[in-house]
Amino acid sequence: METRNDNENTNLLRSVDWFTIVLYLIMVVAGAVSIYAATYDYDKASMFDLSEFSGKQFMWAGLSFLIGFSLLLIDRRIYEAYAYPLYGFMILLLIVTVFIAPDIKGSRSWLVFGPVSLQPAEFAKTATALALAKLFSTYGFQLNGWRNYAIAFAIILLPIICIIMERETGSALVYTALIFVLYREGMSGFVLFAALMAVVYFVVVLKFAAITFMSIPLGMVIAFIMVMVLIVAMLLIYCRSWILGRNVLLGYMAAGLIAVGLTLAGVHVNGYAFFLPVIILSLLYLLWGMLHDDLKKVLITICFAAASLIFMFTVSFAFNKVLEPHQQTRIKVTLGIEEDLRGAGYNVNQSKIAIGSGGITGKGFLNGTQTKLKYVPEQHTDFIYCTIGEEQGFIGSVAVLLLYLALILRIITLAERNHSTFARVYAYCAASYLIFHLAINIGMVIGLCPVIGIPLPFFSYGGSSLWGFTILLFILLRLDADRSNYGSW
Amino acid sequence: MRKDYNLEKRKFVISGFIIAIVIIYIARLVQLQVLDSTYKANADNNAFMEKVIYPSRGLIYDRNDKLVVYNAPEYDLMMIPKDVLPFDTIDFCNTLKISREEFNQRWEDMRKNRNYSAFTQQVFMNHLTPEDYGRLQEKLYRFPGFFVVQRILRQYNYNVAANVLGDIREVNAKDIENDDYYRPGDYTGDLGIEKSYEQWLRGIKGKEILIRDATGKIKGRYNDGANDVTPVAGNNLKLSIDIELQAYGELLMQGKVGAIVCIEPKTGEILALVSSPSYDPALLMGKERGKNYRDLVNNRLKPLYDRSIMAAYPPGSTFKPSQGLIFLQEGIITPTTAFPCHRGYVNAGLRVGCHGHGSPISLKPALQTSCNAYFCWGFKYMMDKRSKYGTTGKAFEIWKNHMVSMGYGYKLGIDMPGESRGFIPNTAFYDKIYGENRWSGQSIISDAIGQGEILATPLQIANLSATIANRGYYITPHVVKNIEGVGILKQNLERHDTDIDKQYYDYIVEGMRMAVLGGTCTHANIPGLDVCGKTGTAQNPHGRDHSVFMGFAPMNDPKIAVCVYVENAGFGATFGVPIGALMIQRYLRGNSPGLQAQGHAMASRHTVTYPKAKKTTSGNKADNNKQSSVKPVTSSNDGNKE
Repeated sequence: METRNDNENTNLLRSVDWFTIVLYLIMVVAGAVSIYAATYDYDKASMFDLSEFSGKQFMWAGLSFLIGFSLLLIDRRIYEAYAYPLYGFMILLLIVTVFIAPDIKGSRSWLVFGPVSLQPAEFAKTATALALAKLFSTYGFQLNGWRNYAIAFAIILLPIICIIMERETGSALVYTALIFVLYREGMSGFVLFAALMAVVYFVVVLKFAAITFMSIPLGMVIAFIMVMVLIVAMLLIYCRSWILGRNVLLGYMAAGLIAVGLTLAGVHVNGYAFFLPVIILSLLYLLWGMLHDDLKKVLITICFAAASLIFMFTVSFAFNKVLEPHQQTRIKVTLGIEEDLRGAGYNVNQSKIAIGSGGITGKGFLNGTQTKLKYVPEQHTDFIYCTIGEEQGFIGSVAVLLLYLALILRIITLAERNHSTFARVYAYCAASYLIFHLAINIGMVIGLCPVIGIPLPFFSYGGSSLWGFTILLFILLRLDADRSNYGSW
Repeated sequence: MRKDYNLEKRKFVISGFIIAIVIIYIARLVQLQVLDSTYKANADNNAFMEKVIYPSRGLIYDRNDKLVVYNAPEYDLMMIPKDVLPFDTIDFCNTLKISREEFNQRWEDMRKNRNYSAFTQQVFMNHLTPEDYGRLQEKLYRFPGFFVVQRILRQYNYNVAANVLGDIREVNAKDIENDDYYRPGDYTGDLGIEKSYEQWLRGIKGKEILIRDATGKIKGRYNDGANDVTPVAGNNLKLSIDIELQAYGELLMQGKVGAIVCIEPKTGEILALVSSPSYDPALLMGKERGKNYRDLVNNRLKPLYDRSIMAAYPPGSTFKPSQGLIFLQEGIITPTTAFPCHRGYVNAGLRVGCHGHGSPISLKPALQTSCNAYFCWGFKYMMDKRSKYGTTGKAFEIWKNHMVSMGYGYKLGIDMPGESRGFIPNTAFYDKIYGENRWSGQSIISDAIGQGEILATPLQIANLSATIANRGYYITPHVVKNIEGVGILKQNLERHDTDIDKQYYDYIVEGMRMAVLGGTCTHANIPGLDVCGKTGTAQNPHGRDHSVFMGFAPMNDPKIAVCVYVENAGFGATFGVPIGALMIQRYLRGNSPGLQAQGHAMASRHTVTYPKAKKTTSGNKADNNKQSSVKPVTSSNDGNKE
């Protein structure tokens, strides 16, 4: 370890990542200006008037810069040393919040200090990231063995549980993005793949639940076929077992031909009675076949297929019994099963109208009718992106997406160029949060994701969110600025 | 620290994931913002409310520039159901002075309407007076989704000429389908020239573009009104009708059923178009329209039926001049050809009676005395002239074509809706009845004297009179002389020449002049006016003969051609001739106390008893003490109410 330079501050100015800071500044200013546009009224005062949302946002932004600058001055060892205590404190705060917070629109997530309200959940993200970073940088820690996995998952699950208790499901879901961090640090890619497949099964089964095909819901038929394709693909690509793959494929094709033949002959073929035996038979064949082949990989294939089948059958049950009615409706609206333009679908429909009406070049600053006339609820918070879409058009919307892409890719670059595990894990946490926020928030506004109330980082109105992400980002910048002082041995 | 390069590769998976998401989202934005244009329209529908500004409907003047029809403001309460938010219904009802039940009823009615849509404007209540509007306007902001549009209410300076003027009514589903101009709640012309000149009278609607927020609140004018469209008022019409002559005609026809048509021969301009019984045009305006309309429809004498252009009557002896013309043209007779008349046409066991006059008789005296026999013989000779025509069928076809050239058998094309074409049979018609070549002139001899199958509208009879006055042509008769800003319509200048040589008309004119000087129409002999005329006494299956008069004056410079048709009134000389004479005098000499007295005397001579009339006030004019009702029962009234 080198000794630290006396001339620390000039060194900091040189080593801090200005690219990220510039992206950050552009986003924050663009965000506050968009808030001004979103809340603009005909008789409205200046953009910087403190009684306006935009004025307040500029104030939050100014304080954010102060906070960010202060954070850059703090020695990174402080973060490492206090990661766990900070995490513990935040969890405690989250729990306390559940009990003392007033009920605001059904959620108990706000701590009110006189005129200022803060949302601890926004800051818990940073604390959780620090705790994970600390865990992974512990000497000798490897992400293997059930114990280490359990600790990692516990760190992630604890805030999730607390925030769900605060009835802020959206904010809680953000932590699931940390699966990317676990993946980067060694968790099997299968988990990621399984998660992706789970989403796909979920969408397919629900989307086509109402159409009947072969006497069963079409969604199930498609899911069955997907499982069969998956089995063959895994055998061929993952197991590299050409013979097993070929045999299973031929078996499926033969079964398919028989089914088609029977149908043409006028015999009624029930979907379950056809697919279940065929798939189970193929799995039994694989059980026998794996004795002759790479045991572990074929076994994983079998397990994956079996899990897929079980998941398929539990989707509709889970959907109907676990999710609350308003959540079910939001998902149905997103999947296009229901069109509730006056109710659950109103926001998304109006926000799509706002964005769609922007065209290529947009209607111009302050000329958006949809947002200005308040057709889109929450337009200065969660739906801020539709103001940009309407007034700045396709060009502005894509520019915002590219800004985020640049920021996220930059953070990944920072993560990988840092030689300390602590900084890398922390940076990946930050990237994961941003990926989740971006994907869900903009996906929701453009009607590709169900409505989940989480803000668009740096753009949405709100001090807590802005400060939370500022802290998250500037700690990362400080860790990055110190990259040459640590680690490379 | 150890660095695992295998794991580092995973950054590509994570980067790939977010790049994929951004690409998917950009693709979605392309779809929403670049490819699909419906969102733009939706946003405009949301944000912009187009408030229609109704233009002033064209005014109507008579031929002497007297204002006949004008507009007064009236208001309709409109609403767009999807924009309506909960409001204080009690306050609402009190403001409009309606009961809660009426409110519910209106709501129900509106929803049941065929055009009902929650997204377009619906009429909630119409015919609000300026006072109602004043009260409501102050409170309108409390009832989001409701708004008021100004309409026009037609006002009448004269309570005559209802059949010509027509009325306006709210558009129905069919109107809206057929013409993009209309929206629910708009008005359109229903009868008369209000209907036929709708496209000029209605003007061009203006619009005001307002900005509306999500709660339906109006936030101001879009672009400071730069995109608004100013309405363009409808074109004013100048009638060819002389409103005072029209009023005098309606006075004369009181207590009678029938029609008077006066045409200026040189121009085809209709000077008066009277249908009796008539009604006050103001009855069909405003709040009471529905009720009054029902009353008129149910009236036994059918006042809404414009007898002057819709009724097809047997023309009777007024048909004879046309026959004389055809016979001369076809060489069947010369002006000196004489036919015997021994109290009628007697041939092969058939007898058509006639009155006492000398025999044999030539064309002019035959017109003078309205000799049936003369025209029956002429007709028979023409139909049976095989040497010229080959068959009766061919002869009849030629005869028919002459009649058509004189304006019979087809619509004349008057600029009013509902004109009847009358009836002139053709060869095929009789072939069907009698069998081909199984009929002769004898079979259809009644056609010669305007009976039989022949039917004509009073307009066609007056028009025949005009062709005789013009010695061989007519201009399409019309009631609108000029459209302000547009000019005279081409169709109203169209000249139609008959296929009778001009020289033959002189004999007919002289015959008709002799009828006035010393024949059937001596009552029409007005010194200095050189009236020519022809009576008609049309037999009909509905009772007494119809009394008909056809004439024009002055003989050598005709200014007016007239047809008077009085149903079931006896001889032509009884009602037709005196009414025709009064109309001619009233037009050529102007008003005078003597004429007024004679007019009222005629008005008191009734041929029908009218059902007991209900006096109905046309309740839309607070400042007007005019009493309106179906007119035949109102006592003396010359129609002028200025």
